[in-house]
Amino acid sequence: MLYAILCYNVEDEVFAWSKDHEADVMAKLGKVQERYAAAGKLGPVARLMPTSAATTLRKGDKPLVLDGPFAETKEQLLGFYVVDCADLEEVLDFARELGVANPGGAYEIRPLLMMNPGSLPA
Amino acid sequence: MSDLAWIDAALTAARPQAVGALLRYFRKLDAAEEAFQEACLRALKSWPKNGPPRDPAAWLIMVGRNAAIDDVRRTKRLQALPDEDAISDLDDVETPLAERLDGADYRDDILRLLFVCCHPDLPDTQQIALALRVVSGLTVKQIARAFLVGETAMEQRITRAKARIAAAGTSFETPGPIERAERLAAVAAMLYLVFNEGYSASAPGEARGALSEEAIRLARLLLRLFPAEPEIMGLLALFLLQHARTAARFDASGAIVLLEAQDRAHWNAGMIAEGLALLDKAMRHARPGAYQIQAAIAALHARAARAADTDWGQIALLYASLERLQPSPVVTLNRAVAVSKTGGAEQAFVLIEPLAAPLDNYFHYHGLKGALLLQLGRAGEARTAFNRAIALAGSPAEAAHIRQHLDRLSEPAAE
Repeated sequence: MLYAILCYNVEDEVFAWSKDHEADVMAKLGKVQERYAAAGKLGPVARLMPTSAATTLRKGDKPLVLDGPFAETKEQLLGFYVVDCADLEEVLDFARELGVANPGGAYEIRPLLMMNPGSLPA
Repeated sequence: MSDLAWIDAALTAARPQAVGALLRYFRKLDAAEEAFQEACLRALKSWPKNGPPRDPAAWLIMVGRNAAIDDVRRTKRLQALPDEDAISDLDDVETPLAERLDGADYRDDILRLLFVCCHPDLPDTQQIALALRVVSGLTVKQIARAFLVGETAMEQRITRAKARIAAAGTSFETPGPIERAERLAAVAAMLYLVFNEGYSASAPGEARGALSEEAIRLARLLLRLFPAEPEIMGLLALFLLQHARTAARFDASGAIVLLEAQDRAHWNAGMIAEGLALLDKAMRHARPGAYQIQAAIAALHARAARAADTDWGQIALLYASLERLQPSPVVTLNRAVAVSKTGGAEQAFVLIEPLAAPLDNYFHYHGLKGALLLQLGRAGEARTAFNRAIALAGSPAEAAHIRQHLDRLSEPAAE
């Protein structure tokens, strides 16, 4: 089954990481991802720019373009994974490992209703 | 991250909001800073034991405020308030406060805190030092290192700056739209100073260089508070596009590498992408401003894969707009550089002729004048200009760049 793992954290803190800390976290996350990728369980992985770079289109008769993220939250959506796991327990294991590599914040796990792999090159 | 590193990051991130709110309660910068300091000390004791609060800023504001009130009561021999362990599970107490903070208040709190640092009576360096101390929470020692002065001197500078703003008084009324816009402009100008102070670091790894990153952090914060302000988008875009070049700005020996000689593979692609995205957002508003124009110029450099691909024609047009908006000899000089790159040496020379007096002590003026005279075949005058430029050069790289022209002049074939 396909799941999305939505990564939330305080962007003020994440985008103030030192270069060394950032490299360290990315290396550790890379190690966790490697194993799942090798097992054919890892789909797209994305890291989002800070919410200050976000634009929101509010749909309607006259769609409204708003600067900023859709929702003001204490912790912001900063990235996501798509994974193919047998069950919730397996996704939680993956998320726990990611959490050890990158503590702080939260992962929201959302089963996918459908996924179109799209046509972007990797 | 260890407990301590995590707490440190949370305290730094929460600082502008917490000190801003405490300033509104206590109306005195010193009192606000002391209360925040006390709250941080209590956080260091309480958070490792009780876990992090859901909203660190709200926790710090409340504990800081209570600590100060507590202090007053203790001196009056009244009963003390419960200690912060009792309120560290903030579900009941924190929620209403956090909700109130979510309103417009906290936005104006942070803006006010930034704004008190840019009082027009304060010289630039004092504005920067004060903002780094009060808003960013850098220690006096760190700030002193960045400015290459002694700790005592910096301490005095900050104390004097604080005395000035205390004497000037601060408005605690909720600002109206015009006043808010004026404050925002003053704060943007101050962040620009902080960034440039960092950008002017003359060696890689110099303490001053970290100030650019601090300016980026604060500009992000400001844009989050005012998400629809195109000039703040432009400001952050400008910072990111310039800062993206950091790794390419110095060679292995630590000397500055000029823009056209930089290895563009070492530019930070992520920062450039974010800068371009912000500029893109800003342009939609069709409300141009000086920061947006400067960011657009930086973006044209960032978009050129090689120095030779730079769209100088477009850059010349952007400098012309900037000149109309913010006339200054340096902007005119920059326009002349762009004009000269598109082959208009004569036209560029006409542009810089009126700049002789205002820019007589400016390295780049004499450098460009020499280069233009050379292109116009006036070698003798070019040599004079180049010699003057070398005398005014701010770095060995600048001097070396001019010397190359002089060497070429000395070659027999050139005579």
